Amino acid sequence: MIQESAAFTPQFGASAIARILWLIPAVPILASGVIALMKQPQRKPAATLAIGSLSFSLLLSLIAFGHVLAGWAHSAVVRETVNFAWFHFGRTSVDLGWVLDPLAAIMLVMVSFVGLLIFIYSVGYMAHDENYTRFFCFLSLFAGAMLGVVISNSILLLFMCWEIVGLTSYLLIGFWYQKPSAAAAAKKAFITTRFGDVFFLLGIVWLFAQTGTLLFYNHGVGSLEGLALANLLTQHAGLGLSAACAIGLLIFAGAAGKSGQLPLHVWLPDAMEGPTPVSALIHAATMVAAGVYLIARVYPLMQIGAGPNGSTTALTVVAWVGAATAVFAALIAVAQDDIKRILAYSTISQLGYMMAGLALGGVAVGMFHLITHAFFKALLFLGAGSVIHGCHEEQDIRKMGCLRVDMPFTFITYAIGMLALCGFPIFFSGFWSKDGILEAAHSWNISQVPFYLLAFGALLTAFYMTRQVCYVFFGYWRGHETAHESPGVMILPMVILAFFAMALGLIGTPAWPWLHAFLDNHAAPFSFHGFAEPGLGWLMLASSLIVFLGLGLGWKFYGDKSPEPEEPDVLEKSTPKVWAALRNRLYVDEFYGATVIAFYAWWARVADWLDRRVWGGIVAAVAWLFGLWARFNRLLDVEWVDGSFDKTCDELSSGGGLLARVQSGRVQDYLRILAVAVIVLAAILLWSSRP
Amino acid sequence: MNAMTTGFPILTLLTVLPLIGAVIALFAGRHARAVAIITALVCLIVSLIIWTRLPADGSIGLVELHNWAPSLGVEYHLGVDGLGALMLVLSAIVTLMSIDAAHRVHHMPGLFFGLVLMLEAGLFGSFTALNFFHWFLFWELSLIPAFFLIKLWGGPRRGPAATQFLVYTMAGSVALLVSFLAVFLSTGGANAPGTMDFVELAQLASSGVLTQMVTAHLGAVMPWLAIGVLAGFAVKVPLMPFHTWLPAAYAEAPSPVTMLLTGAMSKMGVYGLLRIAIPVFGVQIAAMRTPLLVLAVITVVMGAWAAAAQKDLKRVFAYSSVNHLGYCLLAIFALAVPAPGAAAQASQAAALNGVILQMFNHGLTAATIFWFMAIIQMRSGGLRGIDDFGGLRKPAPILAGLMGIALFSSLGLPGLNSFVSEFLIFRGVFPLSWVAATISVLGLLITAAVLLTVIQKVFNGPVPEHWAKFPDLHHAEWMALAPVIILMFLVGLVPQVILGNINPTAVHLLAHWRF
Repeated sequence: MIQESAAFTPQFGASAIARILWLIPAVPILASGVIALMKQPQRKPAATLAIGSLSFSLLLSLIAFGHVLAGWAHSAVVRETVNFAWFHFGRTSVDLGWVLDPLAAIMLVMVSFVGLLIFIYSVGYMAHDENYTRFFCFLSLFAGAMLGVVISNSILLLFMCWEIVGLTSYLLIGFWYQKPSAAAAAKKAFITTRFGDVFFLLGIVWLFAQTGTLLFYNHGVGSLEGLALANLLTQHAGLGLSAACAIGLLIFAGAAGKSGQLPLHVWLPDAMEGPTPVSALIHAATMVAAGVYLIARVYPLMQIGAGPNGSTTALTVVAWVGAATAVFAALIAVAQDDIKRILAYSTISQLGYMMAGLALGGVAVGMFHLITHAFFKALLFLGAGSVIHGCHEEQDIRKMGCLRVDMPFTFITYAIGMLALCGFPIFFSGFWSKDGILEAAHSWNISQVPFYLLAFGALLTAFYMTRQVCYVFFGYWRGHETAHESPGVMILPMVILAFFAMALGLIGTPAWPWLHAFLDNHAAPFSFHGFAEPGLGWLMLASSLIVFLGLGLGWKFYGDKSPEPEEPDVLEKSTPKVWAALRNRLYVDEFYGATVIAFYAWWARVADWLDRRVWGGIVAAVAWLFGLWARFNRLLDVEWVDGSFDKTCDELSSGGGLLARVQSGRVQDYLRILAVAVIVLAAILLWSSRP
Repeated sequence: MNAMTTGFPILTLLTVLPLIGAVIALFAGRHARAVAIITALVCLIVSLIIWTRLPADGSIGLVELHNWAPSLGVEYHLGVDGLGALMLVLSAIVTLMSIDAAHRVHHMPGLFFGLVLMLEAGLFGSFTALNFFHWFLFWELSLIPAFFLIKLWGGPRRGPAATQFLVYTMAGSVALLVSFLAVFLSTGGANAPGTMDFVELAQLASSGVLTQMVTAHLGAVMPWLAIGVLAGFAVKVPLMPFHTWLPAAYAEAPSPVTMLLTGAMSKMGVYGLLRIAIPVFGVQIAAMRTPLLVLAVITVVMGAWAAAAQKDLKRVFAYSSVNHLGYCLLAIFALAVPAPGAAAQASQAAALNGVILQMFNHGLTAATIFWFMAIIQMRSGGLRGIDDFGGLRKPAPILAGLMGIALFSSLGLPGLNSFVSEFLIFRGVFPLSWVAATISVLGLLITAAVLLTVIQKVFNGPVPEHWAKFPDLHHAEWMALAPVIILMFLVGLVPQVILGNINPTAVHLLAHWRF
């Protein structure tokens, strides 16, 4: 008997597109369910269904985006929510819901568009894999869950989608499960991110308990709206923090796990064990950016109670972690030889930029870099996939070379992606989005250290990308079989992404900061006066020089030289110790192995030992005493105690794992007792049921 | 109380049905399994009917009340609320699954299935009884078939395991019995017998009269009586350090029996805490809340951690069960606190809803995991070491996929059943005791590590040559399991199907408890 069914109460103010927004994640999830029931040989229907469903989501996303855009242009309502009660406990309801606002709209379009391109690319890349249908099943589930994260208006719904995204990441990293390294990497990814997620969960239950709602926006009573925020700000959580700040930090722990921030970044490089389209979609463009998106979503919570310096403790932590991650990962990327691992460390580093951008400059600054990065990093990964494919599954950049001749399309698109990532001035989107972050860091009035860290990171980025491109596309060929260009179905998505890697810069230049205006909900007039802001010109010049310096140094060291695979790296010859440390990823994995993992294993053994020896020992001792007592009694009572009963007693009393002898046991005796018990019970029941 | 009954005695019917089935099965020889399946199916249907006939306000319904032995204060008093009814449904599901898993019982099948059904009767009896005497009879009665099922059909070290199981639980029962005798003696007057009725005792306790009565008769022993009652349940659930019987019993019992032990019998302990210990000894338990919370946190964390050290898959899942039921204990002890104010009451409601749903979810999920263990052992000639397998996903993709769902349910993945109850538990516990909640989340993390290690070692990696032909689930097998998997998704996605009945009961219980 269901008394209060999960009442579905759409807000009637919501527009049609807002009301059907749930279809955007639901359709790919449904498609994934259908594909799961398909058989292995049904490859074409599986791919068609996955691509078709995501196209549908893209279409709806574009309509939703257009709707928000129209509202924004007319300065009308830009945030619509649809909420409903999932279930109740006590008098409290557990609410889920979705939201359509500029932040969600732009992310929806990005995720479904980049996702669709990578789906198409996968048709070519995975063409020879025997588990092709399963691949599209997982990919569809991922896309649906990720789109769910984007539209969630309830932190619980967001967390649920977030965890399912984590599951698909686990399944896809371990897609080639027969490789022990892939299976181990999948596990590592899941557990490392879950480490952050348990804090996130605590943040959620705290927020829920404190504000009484799980919804972000709910006509003034959501957790990100005035009343709740004021309440959270006045609650003290100890250590001089407000509840808002403490909850913000707990949520950031979850974001740090997902987005590979220090010190939880260790899973992301290993995640490269997954197929390359997965690396592009999940571990570069979308899922790892979900942490950044989460912080952007709960920004009012992070920001509430900002002091005179414009920052809160929570945001300050985010800024420092982001800046440190940006440099730390960029340093490691310099000394890696696996084409995908270089990109993985680069992703970690860029996620650091996004986090720092959010904390230092606000939602728009971080989100702008998130969007541009999604395009150029997806492009780079698809390019890397094309290279790996062309070089017969080789991933070591020292065993490549001169591919600009054999793979011209890959080379051109890859070069565009690389320049965008480096932040090459004017023509590439990365320049504008990174410049926004540097500018924000420069004007932060708590410390200038993050600015210098981020600027140094920019130098390193230009350097390691040049090194990689020189190894892969210049010099001469050092592989075995000749490389070949990839099929059109793989090239086409790369070309489209390359276009956006350049063009997207237009939406966030100082002259026309459209994205900032859109996300902050104000008008965006076009004006070159934007460049006239004091200091901005110098900053842009400086950041351009940094990029040129990085490119120049990279070319100087690696240029057209093509060292043999066995030959040590140029930098290794000059600074072998530093090189070794960087190459070994600054020993973070080793450090965790010696501390966290060793403690885990040791404490597990302690738990087991306590069980077997201490608690089990006490039980055994008690059992032994009882056994003694029973034997003593037996000596006295042997004359008149029924044999079978006594035997049973003895059997019972000699309990305890260590002492109990394995007795054959006379089954008949036990059964006799059992039968008597049943008959007695039946008699009692019959007797008692008389009127 | 006068004899009264409302309508058809469906609860008595439910308890008697498996007993009849048991007798038939005893003489049915090789048809015993069929008899058992039919009986269990009928029981499931009856239990579902009961589930739909509960009073809307969450109080106890379907009451059957007759005089039994008035001079001893014993009445035949049955009734269920949302909590009891959910346990009936769970017991029926788990028993059916267990019988389904027991494919190949060649050794005395009649007796095996007879005992399983007798155990089911014990479960039904104890989840419907509202008088201590009656309840205690079934509580003990369910032990006997469990003991023989382990003793006669168990693994190589079954003897000590069965004995330890029985002696340990008996010791707990003695403490329980002594406490209730004391209560019985104290509640009696000069010429009226005392009471053993749970409803009456709960009323006496919530008005504070019970403590006065006991103190008047026996002195200030109420805390000791509470400890005695807690000891009985602590062994059954179990609460660390009263759990040492469990790993051996779960591991040595044949897997279908382990399903019953963990899926249904462990719930008798949690149920007892909610039906008996908290209503009657709420004040005393609230006074001992801190040490009890410490033990519950230890159970959650160390249970998960001990699972990480095991090499025997059944022991891994046994300790994992300790961890999962630890969340129930955590929530029960956390909510045992006087709660003025709506915020604290909301947290209590969250915790109690979480406990009851977690009982169901754990029963379902743990039984499913041991169902798979039965399947795996049957196909591998009884092997159950974590390192005995590898790469099984290749030859047995359906097995790997469905067991993977069960394992992810166990580690609390959203969209599956356990997430909802664990979320509710943490929602409830965090405001009531943030330290306990914060340490206990470690259990969530370690459980994930443990279960993913199982998947990694059993299903992933290269396939050893001798497992290259490991048979996948065949139609009959996965079709038997499909409803359970669907139920996991259903509870995970639409928890209202269960919470709709549970929440009124939780609210009703909380309104009557006194801490």
